[in-house]
Amino acid sequence: MASVSHARAVRTEGRDADAAVVSLRGAALSFGERVLWQGLDLDVRPGEFLAVLGPNGSGKTSFVRALLGQRQLSDGTLTVLGRPPRGGSRHIGYVPQQATLSAHAMLRARDLVRFGIDGHGFGPRLRTGAVRRRVDEVLESVGAAAYADVPVGLLSGGERQRVRIGQALATDPRILLCDEPLLSLDLHHQRAVTELVDARRRSHGTAVVFVTHEINPVLGLVDRVLYLARGSYRVGTPDEVLTSESLSQLYGTQVDVVRVRNRITVVGVPDEVAEPAHHPELPHGVRP
Amino acid sequence: MTLADGIWQQIFNFDNYGELLALVRNSLIAGAALGLVGGLVGVFVIMRDLPFAVHGISELSFAGASAALLMGVNIVAGSIVGSLIAAGTIGLLGSRARDRNSVIGTIMPFGLGLGVLFLALYEGRAANKFGILTGQIVAVDTPQMSWLLGTSALVLIALAVMWRPLAFASADPEVAEARGVPVRALSFAFMIVLGLAVALSVQIVGALLVLTLVVTPAAAAARVTASPVLLPVLSVVFAVASIEGGILLALGSSIPISPYVTTISFTIYIVCRLAGTYRTRQWGARRAVPETT
Repeated sequence: MASVSHARAVRTEGRDADAAVVSLRGAALSFGERVLWQGLDLDVRPGEFLAVLGPNGSGKTSFVRALLGQRQLSDGTLTVLGRPPRGGSRHIGYVPQQATLSAHAMLRARDLVRFGIDGHGFGPRLRTGAVRRRVDEVLESVGAAAYADVPVGLLSGGERQRVRIGQALATDPRILLCDEPLLSLDLHHQRAVTELVDARRRSHGTAVVFVTHEINPVLGLVDRVLYLARGSYRVGTPDEVLTSESLSQLYGTQVDVVRVRNRITVVGVPDEVAEPAHHPELPHGVRP
Repeated sequence: MTLADGIWQQIFNFDNYGELLALVRNSLIAGAALGLVGGLVGVFVIMRDLPFAVHGISELSFAGASAALLMGVNIVAGSIVGSLIAAGTIGLLGSRARDRNSVIGTIMPFGLGLGVLFLALYEGRAANKFGILTGQIVAVDTPQMSWLLGTSALVLIALAVMWRPLAFASADPEVAEARGVPVRALSFAFMIVLGLAVALSVQIVGALLVLTLVVTPAAAAARVTASPVLLPVLSVVFAVASIEGGILLALGSSIPISPYVTTISFTIYIVCRLAGTYRTRQWGARRAVPETT
């Protein structure tokens, strides 16, 4: 079913196979009986902006968890920066949904960014001067310097996501994984956040994997789209994947993709399947 | 009038203060250690939303202590065992917030019931019974002292080692996990540390009032600062001030130490809350300016 996109992936791979930062071959992920996706072949190259789309429960978040090494594939292989993902790497930045910050977190914006640099280390902090300078630099680069010392609980959603991006980029990662970072942001802040991400991949060649249920805020920026649905997938440029024909085939029913100016609307998507696992309170994907 | 004077005399009495002070030297040292431990552990209790767990653990710690009293063994050891059983159970069964409260709500009355049973069977001095619930000051003898200080040292070392990743995992669990922080293991480790800290506090302020040392100081500090350095420092200062102040005020009176400690601690909280409201308003005012750009 995915032969066209597969051929495309292989072709691009032929050009710079060594450079792929994320590489999946025949990858499958299932919850018990239910297959989220299977036979997934995909290479993500440095500086590429890949949007991961699909209805709720199609395995978008599980895709990110697999890349983070938090979920094992049920079949196939996955390499991230040349090896199977293992928990935690300074080369991978992660931006979660904005609701995931503990309401009891007593932190300032700068502390959140700092966690991104050395929060995982045990024992007392060493070399604090260099880290502190780096935090200032990062806050400046994401335009969050003005509220560096404000407790995160008092920040607006948009400000908090800026700080989140800073946190994820603080170690100069080679891959940036964003899981619905635009959720419940207004248009203005959606644009601000996507522009930060886009600028980064252009300046540093950071590969971006961007999970979103809404393509329009990133439509002008993405190189390729990975569309997950009904246990299968499509991958390719937005023009290839987001067509009535391609999505109808994927959903197995008539789906219309309407393009008005620079916006895309998908009409006729069957009722979304129940979300299988992801819940902010359940970091391990355990079903309640 | 005379009745009121009599009560006042009972609450505040500083006769022969110098001699009494010598008697509670041990308690003052234990209090300082306890304030340090309670203030630091409290920071994470607030961050991880665990005040109810503290209460649950202290009830089982009470059961352990009363069992030890009944059997005539070391009370501190008994209360540590009770605490660890409770903390371990909560840590294992209640890793998720929704489960946690029901687990605590289930084991807490059981622990309290056991404690009441052991105390009912105990035929010794009534003051010993009361002390486990509401605290005691002069009762800290030398073997207990070494238990208290040893356990405090253990807790402080554990906190020093895991402070940073624990703070990361407490405030921002998703990203911490993505970054490779062992979120679950830390969560369990912290419950154990919390269990030890609660067992210590039970010795001084009693099982019913542990929250005043392990929760209130950190909650007060959190109202006035979000700095990762200032917050634990203030929390410790508040906890030590409450407990040492409580010991010194309770000294000449016939009343248990706990009302003094809780009152000081609560007063500090109120002051911090008021100061915090002012501060939050200031942030709001300051941030209204750059928001438009």
